[in-house]
Amino acid sequence: MSGFPLVALVGNPNAGKSALFNALTGARQKLGNYPGVTVERKAGRLSLADGRPVELVDLPGTYSLSPGSPDEQVTRDVVLGRQAGEKLPDALVVVVDASNLDNHLRFALELIALGLPTVVALNMVDLATRDGLELDAAVLSRELGVPVIPTVAVRRRGLDHLRDALQQAMDGAGGMIRPSAPDRDFDALRLEARRVARAAIVRETPSRRLTSAVDRVLLHPVAGFLILLALLFVMFQAVFSWATAPADLLEGWVTALGEAVTATLPPGLVHDFLLQGVVGGVGAVIVFLPQILILFFFILMLEATGYMARAAFLMDALMARVGLSGRAFIPLLSSFACAVPGIMATRTIADPKDRLTTILIAPLMTCSARLPVYGLIIAAFIPARDVYEFGGGWGIGLQGLVLFALYVSGIVGAMLAAWALRLTVTRGQSGGFLMEMPKYQWPRPQDILIGLWQRAVIFLKRAGTIILATNIVLWVLASFPQAPEGRSQVEYSIAGRIASGIHVLVAPIGFNRDISLALLPTMAAREVAVSAIATVYAIDAGDDEDAVSQQLGDRLQGRWSLATALAFLAWFVFAPQCISTIAVTRRETNGWKWPLFMVGYLFVLAYAAAGLTYWTATAAGL
Amino acid sequence: MRLTDLPLRQPAYVDMIDWSALSPAEGQRLREFGMCEGASVEALHHGGLWGRGPIACKVGRMTIAMRRAHAAAIEVRTGEVRTGEQDVAA
Repeated sequence: MSGFPLVALVGNPNAGKSALFNALTGARQKLGNYPGVTVERKAGRLSLADGRPVELVDLPGTYSLSPGSPDEQVTRDVVLGRQAGEKLPDALVVVVDASNLDNHLRFALELIALGLPTVVALNMVDLATRDGLELDAAVLSRELGVPVIPTVAVRRRGLDHLRDALQQAMDGAGGMIRPSAPDRDFDALRLEARRVARAAIVRETPSRRLTSAVDRVLLHPVAGFLILLALLFVMFQAVFSWATAPADLLEGWVTALGEAVTATLPPGLVHDFLLQGVVGGVGAVIVFLPQILILFFFILMLEATGYMARAAFLMDALMARVGLSGRAFIPLLSSFACAVPGIMATRTIADPKDRLTTILIAPLMTCSARLPVYGLIIAAFIPARDVYEFGGGWGIGLQGLVLFALYVSGIVGAMLAAWALRLTVTRGQSGGFLMEMPKYQWPRPQDILIGLWQRAVIFLKRAGTIILATNIVLWVLASFPQAPEGRSQVEYSIAGRIASGIHVLVAPIGFNRDISLALLPTMAAREVAVSAIATVYAIDAGDDEDAVSQQLGDRLQGRWSLATALAFLAWFVFAPQCISTIAVTRRETNGWKWPLFMVGYLFVLAYAAAGLTYWTATAAGL
Repeated sequence: MRLTDLPLRQPAYVDMIDWSALSPAEGQRLREFGMCEGASVEALHHGGLWGRGPIACKVGRMTIAMRRAHAAAIEVRTGEVRTGEQDVAA
């Protein structure tokens, strides 16, 4: 929290609030969390007309001050000055969609009644004009008793007017205001909103039905479903094919950095630490940034265009069969990128049991952090066997097929888990599906870019903190105490001794010592499996020139059987990771009960899946 | 007739809503969407491959999706909206 006056941006969902927020604050935004809840706090700096800075906070969109979900509760608590970690706003900017006045004015009236200095942003006036609606902002302002500024997020003028009006409203405010929830009856507000809207509408011609026409195709039971599947297919294809070039580039930089370390530092502990622990470990994860950004690009686009709500509509019938609602599809899709934002996105699900079930199965969606692990193992084991048995052409197909099978296993596992959970621990009436279908919109590039930028920063911070720290700890544990001549350094080290303990437990499902060692640090972040194995082998190779230069994949081939590799993949489909996921689950569910349950059931699933894979593969003679 | 039986793209208005068939939270959300007696309503799309999916309909100027169970609680009459209780009729 800054010491500047606080202005809250409030409004209905789909009122164009986020685009307005981006336009007002630019890329100078800070993402955080409200204490005690996982609702994201988005704040930015805004300069008033005279240059005075204020902090603008973008509150979650809601339909009224009677919250239906946890994020809507934050909005209510902030504007009432009850939210922990947030002071009472000094002013409100209420965003209303010009083409949906009746509905949005009801909430605006509720907010104006709080008595805080308020400015109404009559947003998306361009779309309203397109739809044949002409409004008189002056009439609206007179009826509401607060300034009303027509805005279009991309146009400068309205934004400047908004700043002026905000400054005047804040300067004119006198004394302390203690807002309380207005006691006006819902229907009274609704009628008043309609009266005001009537007064403000100058001219109205029948609206164009572009959205409805597009929906006829996109919501068609058969065509719409096929389009959704095609979109998802393109999305996953893009994650792999578009990312290759930038990932190779990053990999080149990491290699160059490693060589620079070798060239400048004398051999010794510091050199080893930097090369094996830092560059090798973190670098193995950083190369993965392009894939994450591509995945988020698709998710941000689907959300910004308004298609995500259609996907939820199409999936609802299917999700209903396992006791979930179509709304759960959105967080589950986000979980393909990362379970943490996925679990946070469940806050829009109103029904507590629907929401809990969705949280519990979200980690089964193949998150992007599993990709480096899948990529390494598949590249090391699948084509090698192909080249021997089928010849070149087949290799690629089989690799892709294995990857696809891993994704499908996760999805099928999640659906079965949801079904089982709904019959047992989260038993009860299904929460139903009620959702606004926003108008289709062409997203503004800067909104998508800001979203991608924020994801990139989050990922790099993670690589620079959690992943780096884990790797350093692992390197130290694997390097000390120093092994006597002729003994494996890793086996002799502290890490090796811990791994021996774990190995007893996982030996039945085909896991070797290397994997046992990697299992613990992967709890910090899944990608660490790759960097951990890389670090461990680098330490073990020591001064053996040949072993050092050997590729990680080649080294795995020599040490792991195919059955072990497959069991390791199966484990990764189901295993509960990472700590961030467990932590976010704890915060979301307000206690340790559900995260512990989640960890428990996922461990059982992972152990069983890896075991079955290993025993089947061994029996088949692999 | 119930909203579930309303033919697609036929202008209608809400005659009566059986609020008792909806949970308090669902009722509130529907109200917030502008669903109330007298509101103009038009069924736009039926989802689901086997006719069991949700229904998308236009209420006033808003398009919303709901399950059949909710739509069955909403009694509608075809035709233009009653005067006096008129919503923004497009």
